[in-house]
Amino acid sequence: MSGLPGFLIDDRLHFPSCPSQGGQRFLVEMAAPLTLLLVLAVTIRAALFRSSLAELIAERVEVVSPITAWKRVVEGLALLDLGVSPYSGDVFHETPLIIYLFHFVVDYAEITFMLADVITAVALYMAVKDYNKQVFRKQKFALEADRYPLDCLELIRSPKEMYYIPLKVAMFYLLNPFTILSCVAKSTCGLNNAVVALFIFSTIKGNTLLSAIFLCLATYQSIYPLTLCAPAMLYLMQRQYIPVNFRRASFWWFIAQYLFMYLGSLFVLICLSFFLLGSWDYMPSVYGFILSVPDLTPNIGLFWYFFAEMFEHFRLFFLCVFQINVFFYTIPLSVKLKEHPVFLIFMQLAVISIFKSYPTVGDIALYMAFLPVWSHLYRFLRNTFLVSCVLLACSTLFPVLWHLWIYAGSANSNFYYAITLLFNVAQVGQPGRSQRRLLIESLTETPCSPLRKSQNEKSY
Amino acid sequence: MHVASWFQKCIEILIFYDFQEELVVRPLHSGDIYASFQFRTLWETDFMRGNKVSHYRLFPKSLGQVISKFSVRELHISFTQGYWRTMQWGQPYLPSPPGAELWVWFQDSVTDVDATWKELTNVLSGIFCASLNFIDSTNTVQPSASFKPLGIGNVTDHRFLRYATLPREIVCTENLTPWKKLLPCGSKAGLAVLLKSEKLFHSSFHSQAVHIRPVCQDWQCKTTSWELRQTLNVVFDLHNSGQGKREWSLFKMFSRTLTEACPLASSSKIYIDITDNPEGEQFELSPATSLLSQAMVLGDRRTFSVYDLTQQDTFGSVRSLNLLIRWKSTEGDMLRPLLHAERYVAGYGLQTGEIHTLMYNHHPYRSFPVLLLDSVPWYLRLYIHTLTVTSKGKDNKPSYIHYQPSKDRVRPHLLEMLVQLPPNSVTEVTVQFERALLKWTEYTPDPNHGFYVGSSVISSLVPSTVAMDTNSTRERPLFSSFFPCKEESSYFVRVYTEPLLVNLPTPDFSMPYNVICLTCTVVAVGYGSLYNLLTRSFQIEEPSPGLAKRIANVIRKMRGVPPL
Repeated sequence: MSGLPGFLIDDRLHFPSCPSQGGQRFLVEMAAPLTLLLVLAVTIRAALFRSSLAELIAERVEVVSPITAWKRVVEGLALLDLGVSPYSGDVFHETPLIIYLFHFVVDYAEITFMLADVITAVALYMAVKDYNKQVFRKQKFALEADRYPLDCLELIRSPKEMYYIPLKVAMFYLLNPFTILSCVAKSTCGLNNAVVALFIFSTIKGNTLLSAIFLCLATYQSIYPLTLCAPAMLYLMQRQYIPVNFRRASFWWFIAQYLFMYLGSLFVLICLSFFLLGSWDYMPSVYGFILSVPDLTPNIGLFWYFFAEMFEHFRLFFLCVFQINVFFYTIPLSVKLKEHPVFLIFMQLAVISIFKSYPTVGDIALYMAFLPVWSHLYRFLRNTFLVSCVLLACSTLFPVLWHLWIYAGSANSNFYYAITLLFNVAQVGQPGRSQRRLLIESLTETPCSPLRKSQNEKSY
Repeated sequence: MHVASWFQKCIEILIFYDFQEELVVRPLHSGDIYASFQFRTLWETDFMRGNKVSHYRLFPKSLGQVISKFSVRELHISFTQGYWRTMQWGQPYLPSPPGAELWVWFQDSVTDVDATWKELTNVLSGIFCASLNFIDSTNTVQPSASFKPLGIGNVTDHRFLRYATLPREIVCTENLTPWKKLLPCGSKAGLAVLLKSEKLFHSSFHSQAVHIRPVCQDWQCKTTSWELRQTLNVVFDLHNSGQGKREWSLFKMFSRTLTEACPLASSSKIYIDITDNPEGEQFELSPATSLLSQAMVLGDRRTFSVYDLTQQDTFGSVRSLNLLIRWKSTEGDMLRPLLHAERYVAGYGLQTGEIHTLMYNHHPYRSFPVLLLDSVPWYLRLYIHTLTVTSKGKDNKPSYIHYQPSKDRVRPHLLEMLVQLPPNSVTEVTVQFERALLKWTEYTPDPNHGFYVGSSVISSLVPSTVAMDTNSTRERPLFSSFFPCKEESSYFVRVYTEPLLVNLPTPDFSMPYNVICLTCTVVAVGYGSLYNLLTRSFQIEEPSPGLAKRIANVIRKMRGVPPL
């Protein structure tokens, strides 16, 4: 059981533990590839901005939605110039802070969106780096406590493997075609992703106040990040060594603190928005719109065709069902995954991206960026090839069938809807299987032989 | 009792009532003929302030009750079939857009204008046998500048104005019959005997309208009376109705001749426009008449031959009047109308499009401002930042824009602009829109026919052609010819563009159950996989031994010995 030879441990687990000079060298070593990656990403985006593809991409329904389209932001600003409230019509659904921001930077919009992507990538990079350090430290403690059986060696991560994970995460985000399309289309989804990435970074760093503020900003933009409260609280509690136990007063005290900070900043933001435009018009236009789905513009989600074909009598019922579906998994998942709060964040992001009312490819790109963090589990995933092929095929078929329906007139809406269904089925399977593997991995902490188990278990 | 009612009858006779009917026939240069009927009833009474009016003589009771019940100050309703071709036919005396149009000014005593409007449209729908009940908040707008009151009144609070148009409305005999019933003589005497539906609807253009407004009784305006005008404009086509021969008669147009005037009418006249035919070289008019009249109409001084039906000798010895207009030559051209407009949809595919409105100013040296009113349904989402107005290739910024954006399923877009049209130019107004996908129950039964967008309304004070003619100032004394004369300098014109027909993307109407099942299946797959993971507990299990070991274990169990 404890038969791991010491030299093997030392060899595999050599990690530059000295933070001052080893850490600086480490930083310098990592900064160069990151900078190169950033420059490459910015170049690609700038090249696409200058080409004629930019206008084409900005019209694609897969990339922009009624909430995030740049055309609608410009329309809102034009309405404001005409002296009409942007929320008096049904074209503009952004929050007042976005109007305020773009009132000043509308001429530098391209730079703003590229900057948002860069911020997201850097925040994710540093967050994953910090997370890896903590994971590694926990693993070291567990190894020294002899809690790993012999045949679990394959699952133990070595620094060499984990060295490049933050860079891979940043790369997965910046060079993902979905992200590039979203940035070139100037979809405000990029700004939302930046705020969520900053929230993840501040949570992993352990800064409770910043975490609450960024989460409040993300919730203010679109309501769904509210579900990320639970993993944030779990992570921060574990980092501060507060036991996650209902009967302990410290648990409730921490929750009260975090919720106070979160709700307080949300209240401040909402009042600020009221004073910016002088009316509460924005609330039904922004939040009422997200929740009641009146606009049935096709997108890559499941809602549009469903509510286009819904019987009037049942519309409210199914609307409630679909909205509750997004928030519903928070508590069960938190209970099950309380030892793995970062994985819980990933799962919540995936659930939000799939089941939100107006999803775009930009939302998918955010949770896909996290896939390298658990890359050690991938050799155990089944059907990876099938799922990735389905996702790739669907991504190519979306524009084709859209053209056939809208421009050529030789297909009808069912074709596009079918691809939507397939795309969502492939996405739905993806986090589920990752979670399965993670749960198996968590069993390596107990004296068992999960490898042997994995060979024998039935398919799910 | 008997004395009281006789006394009341005397009082009623003293109250001012007047009914006039007239028909204007204008031969058009393309060989078609334009006939415009107007029937006017003047009644001195006070509908305002909720006075109860109970005795109706010439004024139709249904309309009088509508006015008093709904506190209407002005009502204008028209039903039109066909589109007025301004470039070929000139300007009409009373313009109207294709389909049905209704605009109403309410009195300021009305507290809930929207509820009153809804009731009014339903009641009018019953009176005129038209489907005006389709008028609701999604096609009603409140114009801020284009539809000023045509009668007296100085209240211009636009909260009391409502305008709606139904471009899809079809006009037929069922609409003509109740309209004719509102006339004092019905269709039994006077000019209304000519209104036979089989000939009227076999025409290029047919429009019937009702206009109610308060007017001044005399020039001091001490008393007001209510004016009800019923108008019917019809253009008969040379080839369809005229069988290709340039010869028109009342019998050929209406399959009837006139035998008497309406006895209740104080005046009953027929005017034939002979301005282009002063010496009789263009066409010949019979029976001849010595009565002539001149009038300023549409900025032009026109000459008319008049037939007075109240005079017995108009009907001649045969006791019937059949006017005959026979063309002798086809020369001469029409003065081009100064203001003209067109509209079309540009773009391809079912996602986006562009509305182009073209306004032509044919005046050689004067520019004038026009008010453009556009009411676009909510499912064509206009992007006002793409609005461009160009004249002669250069940007022409409107001096006044009033834009009210639409709210989904509640109200349409309203765009009103004041644009200055440079002389002898074309002004193009373009705006981009996006087509919405509607719920499957919101489509009409023939969704691939398309959705109609109502006509744009262009209102303007156009400089008159008479003022263009500088010859007339030569005879006038110098002290009166420096500044242009007020009543001749400009005239009010309203031009309606074509309605648009726009296709929207449609969902598959046969699929509601399938879609619900499939989507719920996908959501259930997601739910099921997550539920499975959340409730599944992993247990350690020893790998099962080989076959030999298992048999050995079985034997050892039988023997009561612990297994391997």
